[in-house]
Amino acid sequence: MTASPAEKLVAMANQIATFFDTQPGDPAEGIAKHINEFWEPRMREGLLAHAATTTADLRPSVIAALPHIRRARQTA
Amino acid sequence: MKDFILPPKDDRDMGTPASRSATMVTLKIDGFDVTVPEGTSVMRASAEAGIQVPKLCATDSLEAFGSCRLCVVEIEGRRGTPASCTTPVAEGMVVHTQSSKVRKIRKGVMELYISDHPLDCLTCSANGDCELQDMAGAVGLRDVRYEAVETHFQPRQNGEANPNYIPKDDSNPYFTYDPAKCIVCSRCVRACEEVQGTFALTITGSGFDSRVSAGAAGDDFMSSDCVSCGACVQACPTATLQEKSVIELGTPERSVITTCAYCGVGCSFKAELNGDQLVRMVPYKHGKANQGHSCVKGRFAYGYASHTDRILNPMIRDRIDQPWREVTWEEAIGFTATRLRDIQAKHGKQAIGGITSSRCTNEETYLVQKMIRAVFGNNNTDTCARVCHSPTGYGLRTTFGTSAGTQDFDSVEHTDVVIVIGANPTDGHPVFASRLKKRLRQGAKLIVIDPRRIDLVKSAHIAASHHLPLRPGTNVAVLTSIAHVIVTEGLADEDFIRTRCDWTEFADYAEFVSDPRHAPEATELLTGVPATELRAAARLFATGGNGSIYYGLGVTEHSQGSTTVMAIANLAMMTGNLGRPGVGVNPLRGQNNVQGACDMGSFPHELPGYRHVSDDATRAVFEKLWGVTIDAEPGLRIPNMLDAAVEGTFKGLYIQGEDILQSDPDTKHVSAGLAAMECVIVQDLFLNETANYAHVFLPGSTFLEKDGTFTNAERRINRVRRVMAPRNGYADWEVTLMLANAMGAGWTYTHPAQIMDEIAATTPSFAGVSYEMLEEKGSVQWPCNEKAPEGTPIMHVDGFVRGRGRFITTEYVATEERTGPRFPLLLTTGRILSQYNVGAQTRRTENVAWHPEDVLEIHPHDAEVRGVKQGDWVRLASRAGETSLRAHLTDRVSPGVVYTTFHHPVTQANVITTDHSDWATNCPEYKVTAVQVALSNGPSEWQRDYAAQAEQSRRILPAAE
Ligand code: SF4
Ligand code: SF4
Ligand code: SF4
Ligand code: FES
Repeated sequence: MTASPAEKLVAMANQIATFFDTQPGDPAEGIAKHINEFWEPRMREGLLAHAATTTADLRPSVIAALPHIRRARQTA
Repeated sequence: MKDFILPPKDDRDMGTPASRSATMVTLKIDGFDVTVPEGTSVMRASAEAGIQVPKLCATDSLEAFGSCRLCVVEIEGRRGTPASCTTPVAEGMVVHTQSSKVRKIRKGVMELYISDHPLDCLTCSANGDCELQDMAGAVGLRDVRYEAVETHFQPRQNGEANPNYIPKDDSNPYFTYDPAKCIVCSRCVRACEEVQGTFALTITGSGFDSRVSAGAAGDDFMSSDCVSCGACVQACPTATLQEKSVIELGTPERSVITTCAYCGVGCSFKAELNGDQLVRMVPYKHGKANQGHSCVKGRFAYGYASHTDRILNPMIRDRIDQPWREVTWEEAIGFTATRLRDIQAKHGKQAIGGITSSRCTNEETYLVQKMIRAVFGNNNTDTCARVCHSPTGYGLRTTFGTSAGTQDFDSVEHTDVVIVIGANPTDGHPVFASRLKKRLRQGAKLIVIDPRRIDLVKSAHIAASHHLPLRPGTNVAVLTSIAHVIVTEGLADEDFIRTRCDWTEFADYAEFVSDPRHAPEATELLTGVPATELRAAARLFATGGNGSIYYGLGVTEHSQGSTTVMAIANLAMMTGNLGRPGVGVNPLRGQNNVQGACDMGSFPHELPGYRHVSDDATRAVFEKLWGVTIDAEPGLRIPNMLDAAVEGTFKGLYIQGEDILQSDPDTKHVSAGLAAMECVIVQDLFLNETANYAHVFLPGSTFLEKDGTFTNAERRINRVRRVMAPRNGYADWEVTLMLANAMGAGWTYTHPAQIMDEIAATTPSFAGVSYEMLEEKGSVQWPCNEKAPEGTPIMHVDGFVRGRGRFITTEYVATEERTGPRFPLLLTTGRILSQYNVGAQTRRTENVAWHPEDVLEIHPHDAEVRGVKQGDWVRLASRAGETSLRAHLTDRVSPGVVYTTFHHPVTQANVITTDHSDWATNCPEYKVTAVQVALSNGPSEWQRDYAAQAEQSRRILPAAE
């Protein structure tokens, strides 16, 4: 049952995509906006780091959203 | 800061309910001119003029009945002596409430009553608080001329056992029924019907033989349908129905108005005391949410406040396998501050966070999030509202522009068709349920959408027109099908949509829902809801007049929780059911201050007032006032905190008044996250389950011990008033204050009123709120500001907060949690009336009489194929874990569905629930888990291990002197 942190982020991103994929307009934009609004920088970086190794497990609209996901400012 | 004094409110019993008529009538009573609304009784009109007509069977919470004849008056031009409680006023009427004729009648009536009443007033528990006593005085009864041959009150009479004598029934843990003192005024029976709507009481027999009886012959109060709401006790004019606490402690001499700390209805209560000894809680008749009604929890279940399990001294330990060590507040706070700062020095500013409580006050919640943002320096704040209503926030904000219900509770009095979806108000929100049932008895129609046949579907004098027993997890499919019917059958309210919503978005949505795949005939296979029923329900809702939707956690706690909320909003918009009384979208909030916790900026991405942390202007407001820089990045949510803890980047957590180990899903994941942290601080009343993993325990205070405000499900801000001093020494806000100051905050608050002033100064929807104004108005519904100085009972009246209402496409997406050969059943969870959430409070009261353990409801058919019989221990297993509990066979659940509650830690229903969650908010999917059920012979291994660990970690060393 217990998924690795990266697997969880992938699952969450894909789940967000299931919603935006059905909305009118560009799903990638909606997904990126949602992730930027609600995900803490560590989570966003985690997803981007994972996507840098593979995108095989990501839905196409999530892949399309990746460039719009805001990078964490290096603080703390 | 001085404590506020309550203005005297008129608490008199006016005899009969107020009339709502706008037409005024003027009459003369005892020579005074009185003007009252048409339909007012002569009794009430007299009371308005300051004249109390003697009465026994009338009280202003009930319709007049006219049985005692004590209230007779003379009216010029009318024959006889009409009863003033049942006689409506008329223009020009001339009434005399005192004349020798009526005095004689009244005395005669009283003589009759008294001749069959024990004259042990001095030792009676109602002494000083008895209307029979008062009336004997009021009518000037000085002697009783006849001695009754037959009575009801003497155990023996005429030398033998009295067949009319019925001994006291003290089966209910909170009140007694002593038939010897009953005057058969039937106020209790009527209260149970009219106010509570349970119909547990009847008058059996007639004339001299009439008696009050609970349930059927042979029942006592406990075995009857009685739900112990206390309405009958409240209505009883004598000591017949009497709180056991009053019998034990005597009549209270002072009272304080405060707010119930249990559920989101937010009932107002009069806490009645002797000194600082709480004697009873009485529902407050001027409480806007409850109007004098209550349920068993708020009325009676306050004993936890003085329970011996309460921890009153702070405790610390270095590691969680050590016993607790009691220390001074100073040491505990110092230890905590040092540890948190050390963690931040080692692992970064973002390595700690906190959780606010939906049980604590607005002021306390505000302070916790302020500490996290301003003192911890990050946005890692979240609240347990995450696990219940976060999808409401997201969904309603997206569609309407504001994260709250649209109506006040009074609205239900104007509704014609009600949809109740994923909520069980008779158990979860009982006082609201009573108000709803009252409206249903007046003829409003009801549609229930729920996998279980909840009580509302059919109970005394109410029945749902339609019950759609959907498969758990298919809410979106069902609601989209309802929209399909409304759109394709041309039932949508085009005018409303054109003027109030975005028409192109509606056109898109209409096209989407019109697709034949959303037709009820097409979704029936998936949802299990018969297409004809669904069509009929959709037509009823669209055409039946004022349509309102009430929903609960059965909507939000799904992987599509936010989508479901938006589907509900769509439905309300397309039928034009917004912006006036009787309609609207109404989330029924779980805990008492879920609304407030959300309003106060508990979420990691939102500052108070639902403003995103990335919004520069909002941050500037707080930065200026707080003198710090606020992080513009959203913080971690509870499940993310736990993930980060397991990963090693999150090390310290301050938890105020929540028990995440018991309330959050996938217990094993929660415990792994907690165990991985270096400093877990639990602030609570009891050593809760989460405290097993804590390094610091800070004793919390109850709602009776502090000042503050709660915001209920109708956005109503109610005052919580300190009734007694905190037993632990400090109110929760003071504890947060000490911790923040130990970490360098330099805060100087001395009263929660100052915190409210800060909230008002920073948060536009609260701009007009202050303790002074709450003293004056009693309560107020936000937004309350320059535009709405009196507050806002109904939202979106002339336009949506966001401008135009937005229709959102609601595609059904099946949850990942699917049944299969190993886990063929769907588990859904809920709560019951007498217990509350994880039960930490209610389990420590006599309420356990109603719910000693969690049971698994299973359909007889599913039970039979598994060889399970009523009361058997069964093993309940999911992909996440397993537990054991007893089975209860019932056809309330459909075949294929099982149901349980999560009130008891030994059951740990959340060992079973998985970590699936709402796509938008990560609100956990409590309401759908694929499970298997099999016979077992007792608690599971996990339960035994858990119990052992819990016992181990609860050890407390005696304080070192
Ligand atoms: S129990 Fe109390 S309220 Fe009920 S009939 Fe008797 S006296 Fe009246
Ligand atoms: S306590 Fe409530 S439910 Fe029980 S008999 Fe009295 S009014 Fe009815
Ligand atoms: S638990 Fe809810 S319904 Fe019951 S008294 Fe308290 S606020 Fe009212
Ligand atoms: S009070 Fe009017 S008849 Fe009893």
